[in-house]
Amino acid sequence: MAWDWQVFLNDDGSGGRTYLQWMMDAWGWTLSVAGSAWVIAMVVGALIGTLRTLPNSPWLVRMANVWVELFRNIPLLVQIFLWYFVVPKIFPVMQGIPSFVLVVFALGFFTSARIAEQVRAGIQSLPKGQRYAGMAMGFTTTQTYRYVILPMAFRIILPPLTSESMNLLKNSSVAFAVSIAELTMFAMQAQEETSRGIEIYIAVTGLYAISAFAVNRAMAFVEKKVQIPGYVVAGGVGGGH
Amino acid sequence: MGGLDLTFVSWDIISKFVLGGFMFSVNLTIVATLGGILFGTVLALMRLSGIKPLTLVATFYVNGMRSVPLVMVILWFFLLVPLITGRPVGAELSATVTFIAFEAAYFSEIMRAGIQSIPRGQVHAGQALGMTYSQNMRLVVLPQAFRNMLPVLLTQTIILFQDTSLVYAIGAYDLLKGFVTAGKIYGRPEEAYILAAIVYFAVCFGLSVLVKRLQNKIAIIR
Repeated sequence: MAWDWQVFLNDDGSGGRTYLQWMMDAWGWTLSVAGSAWVIAMVVGALIGTLRTLPNSPWLVRMANVWVELFRNIPLLVQIFLWYFVVPKIFPVMQGIPSFVLVVFALGFFTSARIAEQVRAGIQSLPKGQRYAGMAMGFTTTQTYRYVILPMAFRIILPPLTSESMNLLKNSSVAFAVSIAELTMFAMQAQEETSRGIEIYIAVTGLYAISAFAVNRAMAFVEKKVQIPGYVVAGGVGGGH
Repeated sequence: MGGLDLTFVSWDIISKFVLGGFMFSVNLTIVATLGGILFGTVLALMRLSGIKPLTLVATFYVNGMRSVPLVMVILWFFLLVPLITGRPVGAELSATVTFIAFEAAYFSEIMRAGIQSIPRGQVHAGQALGMTYSQNMRLVVLPQAFRNMLPVLLTQTIILFQDTSLVYAIGAYDLLKGFVTAGKIYGRPEEAYILAAIVYFAVCFGLSVLVKRLQNKIAIIR
C-alpha cells in the first residue's frame, strides 16, 4: 500500500475547496465548539462547585449535587441527542436554535459537572483555618470565598482543570453525531469519499494531538503565572476522558 | 410537555430491541475492564521497569492513546483491523478490541499510581525474603496496589460503560442503538432517547453509590 498525501489537494466536490481546506474549516469548528463549551463549563462548574461547599445552605448544596450527578451519569452522546432532539420538542421556542449552540451547551454542561467536582474537592482540601481566618476578619461568606477560599482553591486544582480542558477538547469529537462539521465528521466523510482513510485519519489525529498539547501548554503557562512563590501543590491522580 | 408519551415501551419491545443491546454494552464493559486492567498493568510495569526501551514504548503508547479522542480510536481500529487481519470484522468485535486497547492506557495510569503508592519498604522486605522480581510484584506489590486503587478502577469502569455508547460511530448494536431502533420503529424517537438516558443514569448512579460505599469500607480498614 502506497501513501497518497496528494488526496488533500483534491477538490472535495463542493466546488473550489480542497480536502485540506475542508479539514482546516473542520479544525476551526472543533476549536469553536470546544472553546465555547469551555467557557460555559468553567463558569457553571465554578459556580456549582462553590455552591456544593456553602456552609449554611443545605438546599443549594443539594441542588448543586443533583446537577453534578445528573450530568455526570449520562453518556455525553446521549446528552447531545437529548439537547438536539428532545429539548426542542419539549420547548418549541428552542426549535430555531442552531445545532452548534445546542452541542456547545451539551458539552459545556457535561463538563461543568466534572469541573464542579474538582472545584469542590479543591475547596474542601483547604485547611478549615482559611475559612475561619476570613470569618475572623469580619468577611461575609461572599467575601470569604472571593478573597480567601477561591483564589487558593483554583490554584490547587489547576492540574486537574488542565486535564479536564483537554478532555473537553477530545470530547468535542462526539459532536459528529449531530452533523457538526468538525474534525471527526470530516474524517468520517472524507474517508468515505476518498477511500484514503489512513492518510485522512493520520492528519486528523495529528490535529487533535496538536490541539490537546496546545491546551496543555496554555494551562501550564497560566499555572506558572498565578503561582505563589514557595507554595508547592501536589498533583492528584486523574482519571476519565 | 409537547406530547411526549413514555408509556409506548412494553416488555415486548424491551426484550426484542433493548435487551440484546444492553447485554452487549455490559459485556463490552466487563471484557474491556478485565482486558484493560491486564494490559494496563503490563504497561505500568513496563513504564516502571527502568529498562529504557520498555519505558519509552509504554510511555509513547499511553500518552498517544490519551491525546486522541476515543471516537477517533474507534474509527482507526474499524479501519485498520480488517487491513491487518485481511478480512472484514464486525463492528462489535472491532469495538471490543478498541476498548481494551484504549482503556488499557487509562488503567495503566491508575495502576502506575497504585504501584507507586506502595512504600519502598514493602519491596525491600520482599527482596530481603529472597523473592524474585516477579514474585515480589505478584505476591507483595500488585495485590496491595490493586486493592488501594479499587475505587478508582471501578470509577473508571463507570466511565467506560458510558463510553461504550460511542460505538454508535461504527454502528455496533449497543444499549443506545437498541433504544434508538425501537424509537424509530414505533415512531417515538424522543421518548427513546429519554429512556436510554434514564437507564444509563440508573446504572451509572447505582454503581457510583456502590463505589462510594466500598471506598468508605476500605478507608476504615486502613
